[in-house]
Amino acid sequence: MIPFDFIYCRPDTMEDAYQAFVQLQTEGKNPYYYAGGSEIITMARAGSIRPGAVIDLKQIPQCRVLSLDSEELHLGSVCTLNEVKESKLFPLLALACGRIADHTNQCRITLGGNLCGTIRYRETCLPLLLADASVTLFGRQGLRTVPFTSVFDGRMRLDAGEFLVQVHVPRKALQAPHYHIKQTASEKIDYPMVTVAALWQDHFLRVACSGLCAEPFRSAEMEAVLNAQNLSGADRVRKAVELLPQPAYDDVEGSAEYRKFVFQTILEALLEEVTHGPL
Amino acid sequence: MVRYEGKTVVNLEVNGELHQLAVRPSDLLLDVLREQLGLTGAKPGCKNGDCGACTILMDGWPVKSCLVLAVEAEGHRLLTVEGLGGNAPVQQAFVEANAFQCGYCTPGFLMVCYGLLMQHPTLPEEYVVEEWLQSNLCRCTSYREIRKAVKQMYQKK
Amino acid sequence: MSYAIGKAIQRKEAWDKVTGKAKYTDDLPGLDVLSARLLTSTCAHGVIRRLDISKALGVRGVKAVLTGADCPELFGPLVLDRPALARDVVRYAGEPVALVVAQDEPTAELAVRLIEVEYEPLPAVLTPSQALAEGAALVHRQPNGYKKVVPDVYPKAGTNIASHYRVQKGDAQKALAECDFVVRQRFSLPPSYHIAMEVRTARAEISADGNVVITTSSQSPYGVRKQLSEAFLIPAGQIQVKVPFVGGGFGGKAPVFLEILALLASRSVGGKAVRLTIPREQDMASAPSRIGLEADIKLGANRDGKIQAAEITYWLDCGAYADISPYMAKAAAVDCTGPYHIEHLSCDSYCVYTNHTFATSYRSFAHESFTFCIERAVDLLAKQCGVDPLEFRIRNAIRPGSFTPTQVAVTESLVGNLTQCLQQVKELSQWDGGKGVFIKEDTVRAKGVACLWKTENPPTDAVSGALITFNPDGSVNLHTGVVEMGSGGQTNLAQILAEKLKMDPGQVHVVMPVDTRTAPEHWKTVASMTEYMAGHAVMRAADDLLAQLRRNGAEALQCPMEEIEVANGRVFSRKNPDRFIPFRDIVQGYRSPQRESLGEPVLGRGGFMLKGLSLLDPQTGKGKTGPSWTVGAQVVEVEVNVKTFTYRILSASTVMNVGKVINPELMRSMIAGGMSMGVSMASREAAVYDEQGIVRAPNLRTYKLLHIGQEPDYRVGFVETPEQDSPYGVRSYSEHGIIGIPAALANALSAAFGRELCLLPLTPERIWKAIREEPK
Repeated sequence: MIPFDFIYCRPDTMEDAYQAFVQLQTEGKNPYYYAGGSEIITMARAGSIRPGAVIDLKQIPQCRVLSLDSEELHLGSVCTLNEVKESKLFPLLALACGRIADHTNQCRITLGGNLCGTIRYRETCLPLLLADASVTLFGRQGLRTVPFTSVFDGRMRLDAGEFLVQVHVPRKALQAPHYHIKQTASEKIDYPMVTVAALWQDHFLRVACSGLCAEPFRSAEMEAVLNAQNLSGADRVRKAVELLPQPAYDDVEGSAEYRKFVFQTILEALLEEVTHGPL
Repeated sequence: MVRYEGKTVVNLEVNGELHQLAVRPSDLLLDVLREQLGLTGAKPGCKNGDCGACTILMDGWPVKSCLVLAVEAEGHRLLTVEGLGGNAPVQQAFVEANAFQCGYCTPGFLMVCYGLLMQHPTLPEEYVVEEWLQSNLCRCTSYREIRKAVKQMYQKK
Repeated sequence: MSYAIGKAIQRKEAWDKVTGKAKYTDDLPGLDVLSARLLTSTCAHGVIRRLDISKALGVRGVKAVLTGADCPELFGPLVLDRPALARDVVRYAGEPVALVVAQDEPTAELAVRLIEVEYEPLPAVLTPSQALAEGAALVHRQPNGYKKVVPDVYPKAGTNIASHYRVQKGDAQKALAECDFVVRQRFSLPPSYHIAMEVRTARAEISADGNVVITTSSQSPYGVRKQLSEAFLIPAGQIQVKVPFVGGGFGGKAPVFLEILALLASRSVGGKAVRLTIPREQDMASAPSRIGLEADIKLGANRDGKIQAAEITYWLDCGAYADISPYMAKAAAVDCTGPYHIEHLSCDSYCVYTNHTFATSYRSFAHESFTFCIERAVDLLAKQCGVDPLEFRIRNAIRPGSFTPTQVAVTESLVGNLTQCLQQVKELSQWDGGKGVFIKEDTVRAKGVACLWKTENPPTDAVSGALITFNPDGSVNLHTGVVEMGSGGQTNLAQILAEKLKMDPGQVHVVMPVDTRTAPEHWKTVASMTEYMAGHAVMRAADDLLAQLRRNGAEALQCPMEEIEVANGRVFSRKNPDRFIPFRDIVQGYRSPQRESLGEPVLGRGGFMLKGLSLLDPQTGKGKTGPSWTVGAQVVEVEVNVKTFTYRILSASTVMNVGKVINPELMRSMIAGGMSMGVSMASREAAVYDEQGIVRAPNLRTYKLLHIGQEPDYRVGFVETPEQDSPYGVRSYSEHGIIGIPAALANALSAAFGRELCLLPLTPERIWKAIREEPK
């Protein structure tokens, strides 16, 4: 039960969505873009947000795209995690989607919602960070397509009123050897203690991580160490754990020290795999 | 563009029947099913999407009705436990496999299992069954009974 | 020939539960019903300095806002120490502070968010150790100043002790000094939650002439009636309590809680119907939870591996209010040693107030908690003695000739046969000595064993009753006050009745919803006592019914009553079974071929009151609190990764002395369900509080229950040593599957990791931390 009222809009075009947002914003309605809804509904029920309006993006054709062309995979922002997973077009992203929340919720939670929401794990970002993805956004100046990393630094940095339309993944990354490991406190259906995704591309191991720090990250320094041929596996892992971009996260699910320990054991397993294939 | 403000009349197709209902845009589908249509099979176990007791099918796929706005359900086919008929293979299987005790999570499990059967007409691999059923919680049984019910449901189909 | 006992018939309510037709408390029509919502404390211990409800009252649609000032009465099943809404002081974060009644739930919730409260924090005590420390803040200024409902609760003035029980036999101190091996271990176990899938909910309305109707998800409809009647001085006959299906209880719905608030709410709006369904978050933080436990155990054995003596102290963390926890402290004292023959014993069991959410009964009434401690200690001692832990338990198993901790002489009927359970579980679990075995690099498998036993702690005069009526087709209706919450008690009772009447159990209909106006009083649906107490009542009602049938039969068949037999839905003379009268022709009296009216309509009634139970002697603890014991043995097998500290539970086995298998599938599944709850609780569940005593993340997103996919292979075996005084010899069994599982898991993990793990829950992080902090 959400105790307060809000306005519900379901535009058919990107322009209408943006115009509705601007209009409602001007009216002081505190509008939210809405896709799968799970985060907005739970937070509204709990009283942590109070939107005066929600703008449902699910009818906008451009946001629903799921297609592969000769260059890239295009994923609309309102594609559900389950649709992305079942399409099997980007196996690493499929693995990430398949471990977020539970299957029923995967049929509702959208790619855009996972990336743009406030729940800090945003695990679908990991494959995108590794794959040199780009994103198309719609805002004040209409459409713009930019590298994912230019608008994502652990969370989405969008202009006011701007929303995510599509994600584009270069074909090259789609079938690259990859690795995805998610460890939880104990129950499988849970937020990550640590999730590590890795992609082997151009003889280089790319690694991104969620859960470990306050926000997900991919770190060039850490990757350099992990790829350092002159170091032993154990040394690489030890140095990598020292290179966290932010302090390890500490909350009711797990302590900072333990998260670092989990990260270390995952990296050890990862390097072991890299050495022995299939990467 | 659809725009709803304040109480609005929406058309919901539930168990094959079309209903005209007055809802607030922030009303949850679960509450509308229970309070307005008296379809109390879907249960409010947590209203946070964590327990699965409110699971229904939307266009043949499971959704937790506590995480759907009633206004979003317009134009979709909704199926609740009351729409299973009363003697569906999944219901028979749950009875025969003794797959419940207090029965509160049962409608949600039944709907997930029925959805599984819709999307996977032949018994899929064990990990697929697990993936689907991990969306729901049962505090009474040992889950082994529910697994058995899934197998029996496929045998009966 | 068996008619019903031993048959795996389906649950009587099975089809209602797979069609959505089974109605639970909040599934009833919501028209013309007001809604209530609670504001709860955000402070663990503090004085309410300011409470401003004016803004809430100003919300359109709000009918009333209640605070502690509106309800001076105090509540509790044993001592009256709990206000319905906090008065001046809050004692736990989550405590109800105000109640809004409004035309609908959204309005009530909006208004709740407009209430302003200021607390002046007081120091909070969050563990029994803290609460008992010198100079600790007092949760209740005068714990001995409250009115007692029962005689055997012993709060101690000037302390946080809500009650204390002492059990003593022999000379433990002296005997321990003479032992060859002694182990001592301290434990500190956190509270956790029941998480019945149906949250707690109640509704109330009051008619113009003062009749109160309460509909509630409760295990204690008669307890609700009693407490409301006594607190509000309403004649009990004016209170009608209805309990439809209950979506899981596990002890958490035994206390009277929301019913009080719902009644207050209805009273404040002129008796209109009001429903109060709390959200899951409040069901966890505000409604009573499972106890926490601290323990200090000293066990000693001789070189021959025989336990000689035990010194035990249990400190139960009952949270802010006593509820039933003093009796859990008593239960822990009564069964303190586990099912072992120990001659010298000294046990102190304390119930301690803290600023946690108040606790209540949880599946097995504290046995799952103290058994963890005692069974870990037994394992440590077995290791010291160099004996296989399962063999060690056989060697020390309680048996005829022994005495229980409270000096009850053990007979097979009373306690059953633990040795046989152990021998059988050895086979069932393929026991291999309980040592860790490397199966590949970093991967170790190991098994752990634990025993369980439990007697009950009901009021010594608890009652039950049964009524049987006939339908025109000769089938019967069984009415009892037993609540159907999943444990299958009603189906078992139907089988007991069918067996007694020698009829097809399909011809027994049970009336599932309880209504205190129509169903005979049944103490509470707790303590796994349905088959014993209501079973007795059913047997007596059946005897009553049979006597009436015989009387009718004698008249109809014109032969002496002694010749009349009843079986297969027929009344006949033993001498000429071919001449019979089917039930349908005789249960409403008999019409002879000459149209003569013979006999009378048949109605069976039976009542049962517990007999022969006693309070514990305050000095020695001597006494008998329950009719008998159930014993069992459990084994858990794990596979651990010694590098990552993660693990899988491969199998969990239980062999239980159930006395008599009434329904093999219901019994198996109930025991497996108990094991499952134990696995979940022991591996991942804990109520986590921050330093200020605020519970962290009380929701199912973060508080994880076991989901499907991680459950082990559950194996169940039965031993049928009957209890002579019980219907068909059946013993209590429905809670018991949980009792030894946490200990067996810890014993298995300790063997696998080669370190002694004496903590709960056994999450990988906590195992990692324990092992890292205590180098070999």
